[in-house]
Amino acid sequence: MTGAVLSPGEGCPSGLEPPSTSLAGDLSAFVRKKGGLNTLTLSVRGAKCGGCLSKIETAVMAISGVENARMNLSNGKLAVAWKGDNSANLIAERVSNLGYGVSAFSEDASAKSAKSEERGLLVSMGVAAFALANIMLLSVSVWGGHGEMGAQTRTALHAISGLIALPVLLFSGRHFFRSAYTVLRHGQANMDVPISLALTLAFGVSVWETAIGGDHAYFDACVMLLFFLLIGRFLDARLRRQAHAAAHDLAALQNRSVNRVTSEGRVESVRAEDIRQGDAILVAAGERAAIDIKLFEGESGVDESLVTGESLPRAVQPGETIYAGTLNLDHPIQGKALGEASDSLLADIARMLEAGEQKRARYRQIADKAVALYVPFVHATAALALIAWLVLGASVHQAILVAVATLIITCPCALALAAPVAQVVASGRLFKRGVFLRSGDALERFAEIDHIVLDKTGTLTLGTPKLVTEPNESLALAAQLARASRHPLSRAIVAAAGPGPLADRVEERPGLGIEGWIAGQRYRLGSAAWVGLDASPEASGPSLWFANDHTDPIQYCFEDQLQSDARETLDALRRRGLSIEILSGDTDYAVKATANELNITQWQARVSPGGKAEHMNALAASGKKVLMVGDGLNDAGALAIAHASLAPGGAMDVSQSASDAVYSGGLAAIRSVLNVSKRTRWIMLQNFGLAAAYNCIAVPIAVTGSVTPLIAAIAMSASSLVVTLNALRLNGGAE
Amino acid sequence: MNIIVYLIPVALGLGLLGLGAFLWSVNSDQYEDLDGAAHRILEDDDTPL
Repeated sequence: MTGAVLSPGEGCPSGLEPPSTSLAGDLSAFVRKKGGLNTLTLSVRGAKCGGCLSKIETAVMAISGVENARMNLSNGKLAVAWKGDNSANLIAERVSNLGYGVSAFSEDASAKSAKSEERGLLVSMGVAAFALANIMLLSVSVWGGHGEMGAQTRTALHAISGLIALPVLLFSGRHFFRSAYTVLRHGQANMDVPISLALTLAFGVSVWETAIGGDHAYFDACVMLLFFLLIGRFLDARLRRQAHAAAHDLAALQNRSVNRVTSEGRVESVRAEDIRQGDAILVAAGERAAIDIKLFEGESGVDESLVTGESLPRAVQPGETIYAGTLNLDHPIQGKALGEASDSLLADIARMLEAGEQKRARYRQIADKAVALYVPFVHATAALALIAWLVLGASVHQAILVAVATLIITCPCALALAAPVAQVVASGRLFKRGVFLRSGDALERFAEIDHIVLDKTGTLTLGTPKLVTEPNESLALAAQLARASRHPLSRAIVAAAGPGPLADRVEERPGLGIEGWIAGQRYRLGSAAWVGLDASPEASGPSLWFANDHTDPIQYCFEDQLQSDARETLDALRRRGLSIEILSGDTDYAVKATANELNITQWQARVSPGGKAEHMNALAASGKKVLMVGDGLNDAGALAIAHASLAPGGAMDVSQSASDAVYSGGLAAIRSVLNVSKRTRWIMLQNFGLAAAYNCIAVPIAVTGSVTPLIAAIAMSASSLVVTLNALRLNGGAE
Repeated sequence: MNIIVYLIPVALGLGLLGLGAFLWSVNSDQYEDLDGAAHRILEDDDTPL
């Protein structure tokens, strides 16, 4: 963890999450009005316990006019409804002041369809459970009354079972039938094909048996199959929705409003997605640009560390382009919004992202491989059983019964549960450690990693410089100037000097430094040239000079700090036999210093975004399974192309959506991800092994014709239970 | 054995009742926040009704 100090009264009262205070701009654009009632949904980060829940709800309810405030702890959404003129920003500020991160949330269409899909599966599951319970009631009487019950009663009970099963099969089974029909029409097959076949055949044979007054009807097995399969399907849908919501949430962090300058010169606040190419945008000092703009007014220093990986600011002037994610430091600037197409950097990155997506779509999951082996095997076995019984002189009726029993008992219940249950448990475990998985199959790719490539700025380091020169008495004076500036080096001086007064008549010149008056004397803080030195003596890393008109300049040196757990984490990863490499866009000097400190021998500096992606391809070509960890826009391509990728919570939204998981709370998360994914993979393989072992026992019983509905019911539920319990083992155990 | 003519519909009716309750709980968003519900019950909020 990052070792943040928990100040009393702020953040989660249980201390499960350090307080955060990020507040995302103007939220009034996200308010929806309905019949005099304003509603707003906020994404709240850092709420982890019941204490947070009541703290946030009570504070928001206390605002006058608020009718309702309901916090959802599972997904961190706070829904507020209020009357009157209170602004959305007041509500957001109230929550933010409690020590939680707040941003606006707007549900997109895909989130809605994912929600209705999940709900449909849950309802289908409930209906199947209802039918299963009632049919079992009748089946148990048939099994229990075997030999005593009259043939008529038995047939009547079978008929009632069939009447319950038919509508349920049509309703709850539609998920499988529809999917099977779609793939069959395209001449392909998936797991839903054998499932649909088994369901239909089991039902058909049972109807036939009931019609001729036979001994065995499989209505119970048919519905039980449906029920277990729907559990797996539901868990899968819920996991996918959670992953999607986590990704969407992170994107919502960037759901900032943008200041657009109208033709009359008025400034209005609009959503970033409402900006059109050519709009005039104002970026205030201290604001992060939400879209790419070409400057036409104002000069300022900008921090591009998220875009290029360069840790020190750069001076910009009209005519230059700044990219989304750039932080404006000194003066307000105005620029024209650029379309995506005109913009080479983003267009390049978009192409790389697409290539990465295609590559991942080709990845074959363990479950896919298992199904490819399983389907032909089961169908061939059933067909062989049918032929063998016919050849051995059984009646057509008997032979068909055996074949259908084989299909039913080998239907992939356990197989359908084996992967989703393990993935759900694993992602829940990672979620508690602050890692948001974006897809379940990423776990399998994480488990295969043998080489790790790390970005430097913002990933290995905090991305904020720290003063390393011994503080002296002039530091307090320098801080009086520095307090007026947002330059990272000035902030580092202020951090070292603490709170204090501000100098008079402070002026900042982008790219040069600050000037101000203290006790009647003029002081300057900035580059060597700014204090009148001709050439900067070879400095080791970033530095600032401080002087007044009479004294010799004093130099302050800075260093980008490593993440507190960087060394420990990397050592642990090396002990596991993973090779580690740094790939950064920063200067040779800065990268070398970091690499030396962390005992990393492989490093490259000044790598372009394209260069990073090429390096990934080269590593992949040499047979390495690479894990890329990075946060900047310049890492996005590499993140998309790498075998698996991770981005820290503070990363650019492009980088977050390009990676498989997003972590918060330090580099130790890499170890958690690798550990949990290895164990998940192992558990999944065990589960497929268990499912195979089950079939080894079930198939001989089925093909020899000794399967009764009772045996089918016991065997199917036992196999599903065993794989589920095995997957739950992931919850326990040490790291 | 004629009793099952009544018992089976009664069993089905009870099952349907349960199913109805389940569908109601799904539609009133009760499965949307499982973690929150677990914590809310422990909230010691002593405001009189």
